[in-house]
Amino acid sequence: MGKLKVEDLKRIKESLKGTVNLRDGQHRVKITVHMGTCGIAAGARKIMDALFTRLEESGADDIMLTTSGCAGLCNHEPMLTVEVKDTTPVKYINLNEKKVLQIFDEHVMNNNPVADYALSQGSETTY
Amino acid sequence: MEDLSLHILDIVENSTMAGATLVVIDILEDPKKNVLQITIEDNGRGMDQEMLKRVRDPFVTTRTTRSVGLGLSLLEQAAQETGGNMTVTSNTGQGTIVKVSFQTDHIDRKPLGDMGSTLTALIAGNPEVDFIYSDNLDNERMELDTRELRAELGDDVPMNDPAVLKFLRGLFEKPENS
Repeated sequence: MGKLKVEDLKRIKESLKGTVNLRDGQHRVKITVHMGTCGIAAGARKIMDALFTRLEESGADDIMLTTSGCAGLCNHEPMLTVEVKDTTPVKYINLNEKKVLQIFDEHVMNNNPVADYALSQGSETTY
Repeated sequence: MEDLSLHILDIVENSTMAGATLVVIDILEDPKKNVLQITIEDNGRGMDQEMLKRVRDPFVTTRTTRSVGLGLSLLEQAAQETGGNMTVTSNTGQGTIVKVSFQTDHIDRKPLGDMGSTLTALIAGNPEVDFIYSDNLDNERMELDTRELRAELGDDVPMNDPAVLKFLRGLFEKPENS
């Protein structure tokens, strides 16, 4: 590789004109991959890589992909949280690359949460 | 952790959690001494000498979501398994330096793994933090400074734009037939 080439950056900047992703606070969906020690050891980075690739392929410009630390449910890692604007956030657990792509296609793109991989649905009932 | 790049990701997440705005990551291979040294230096809030004494203890952590902190402990173990070691220096308000060395050709030395993936994950999760990365692997000096990248991209393009991250990943891919 060597040093970063300025021409390459200029090229990126040119190619991105008008298609730039929205900044924090302006996105429709926020995906947070949990990247504590537990998450990383369980494969969170692979989840992140799979999401990058799919996000890029999708061409969507209203999705934000970010990371957070340990959520305290280490035995359920890898985990991620999907927050679609104006809907309830959903925490997904015990993920792999295949599951995560399904979540991206169904929940992130079509606002249709994948109940099978979610930590829980709704709150406890009292009857 | 499967490889060293995952350890690095984990330790640098500590730096960003400690409020660092700049993290310097250096990987130096010294074939003569048969040593692989990784240095991670940040300008986060650091820790006091009391915490520093206890920081390798897996039952010490600053987080509140669980009571164990394994990041540094696991890294130290990975180093010691190759006859290497880890040092942590820190001062409150001045940041932290983690230096870890491995015997390069030791059978238990984990492979370096995918630093491109580690750096893109770090930048995606912490677009406001700057990273300086360097290594001298494969007889080639590699340097990456996100401050240069940021200056060049200007305010219009955020660091965590997928196209920027893809470009960064590309820098780490080995050319074919090499």
